[in-house]
Amino acid sequence: MMDLNLDAPHSMGTTIIGVTYNGGVVLGADSRTSTGMYVANRASDKITQLTSNVYVCRSGSAADSQVVSDYVRYFLHQHTIHLGQPATVKVSANLIRMLAYNNKPATVKVSANLIRMLAYNNKNMLQTGLIVGGWDKYEGGKIYGIPLGGTVVEQPFAIGGSGSSYLYGFFDQAWKENMTKEEAEQLVVKAVSLAIARDGASGGVVRTVIINSEGVTRNFYPGDKLQLWHEELEPQNSLLDILNAAGPEPMAI
Amino acid sequence: MSQSTVDVPPKGGFSFDLCKRNDMLIQKGLKAPSFLKTGTTIVGLIFKLSWFLSHCSDMVSSQLRLHRYQTGRDSRVITALTLLKKHLFSYQGHVSAALVLGGVDITGPHLHTIYPHGSTDTLPFATMGSGSLAAMSVFEAKYKEGLTRDEGIKLVAEAICSGIFNDLGSGSNVDICVITKGNKEYLRNYMEPNPRTYVSSKGYSFTKKTEVLRTKITPLMERVEITEVTGEAMEE
Repeated sequence: MMDLNLDAPHSMGTTIIGVTYNGGVVLGADSRTSTGMYVANRASDKITQLTSNVYVCRSGSAADSQVVSDYVRYFLHQHTIHLGQPATVKVSANLIRMLAYNNKPATVKVSANLIRMLAYNNKNMLQTGLIVGGWDKYEGGKIYGIPLGGTVVEQPFAIGGSGSSYLYGFFDQAWKENMTKEEAEQLVVKAVSLAIARDGASGGVVRTVIINSEGVTRNFYPGDKLQLWHEELEPQNSLLDILNAAGPEPMAI
Repeated sequence: MSQSTVDVPPKGGFSFDLCKRNDMLIQKGLKAPSFLKTGTTIVGLIFKLSWFLSHCSDMVSSQLRLHRYQTGRDSRVITALTLLKKHLFSYQGHVSAALVLGGVDITGPHLHTIYPHGSTDTLPFATMGSGSLAAMSVFEAKYKEGLTRDEGIKLVAEAICSGIFNDLGSGSNVDICVITKGNKEYLRNYMEPNPRTYVSSKGYSFTKKTEVLRTKITPLMERVEITEVTGEAMEE
């Protein structure tokens, strides 16, 4: 009898992806939150808003990632109020230098570095990998990966979570620069559904968030509408449907 | 400023001072006492305009009241959620409380689950506890959007019964709490699917009572008398 271990901390064995395209970014994630072997939430939303133009994909410990993103949202809100606008170059540069000793100005980077501060300073206590993605008027669409430990890495695309192991080769082959918005979103949905097919800790639905100069668009792809991959079976409502289905017609001679 | 150390009483909450000592004792071979675990099944469900809660904890009600006084507004469900979340996260999972939180506020009905480590989920129907799998199976099979109040009560009762009969940790009766805008109805013992079958007609008498050997009352506070001192007002 499988031990479900319902006392295990809520973890999001996950697939999260962030991809830049010509004009913005596309973030994507699955929706499974597991407690040991039990799926505690099959429709969770792992793409959380930090500001109106910056979102973060969460993976790892559900509690840690929720707390970190709540704190960062709070600080960024204050930061925006202090500035009166999504940060200007000069002010955000100074803020970043204070927090992160870096000289390159950017606004999506402020969020990423705030998260890094919290993750790195609490590295022994936090267990969460994040992908920050957004759009600001100075740098356009940017993706920052923040894995366990608190490194901040600016990348044209980032993958994270337990399901990402199955996607490294796929992205090496399928990724290209300057995709259109539709191509980028299709790539993200395809990638998440591939990971869901292979990773037991990922599943449910695919959620995507597209961020560009025009704003934010959220999309939802239900699990049973996703493309089927090698040896995957068609979704069934109930096993009783298979049993009750009429047998094949006898062959006419 | 006084140089001597002052004995400050602990502020409240859990004290982990004896953890090291306990570890050392266990290593030396002492068997740790077991603690009472109450298995349980709790479910919550949103129907049309409101939600049900079958078991709730009111740990933050006093904080919410203070917040209401301060802001001058009715409490919102997410306020309670954030308070509970912060509290549980700060104990890093050592407070083993898994909660289903629900309510109706100015923004509508909400249902949330809160796990011991402090993570939360927002769902239209939720179950927690040792019987959660049994109850969730009922919900997954029968839940649909746009349930009426009676349908909702029936579904919740069915889910809890599933927990009662299929989970060894849950048992006895079903309590239901229906919360609608501005109104809460607590249906205690809504169902009693496990009645006492054999009741002795002679009644039960308990002869051996606890004896009182000695009574000693220690007043904790001495009586303080206040005497008015009439005198001149202080001068600068």
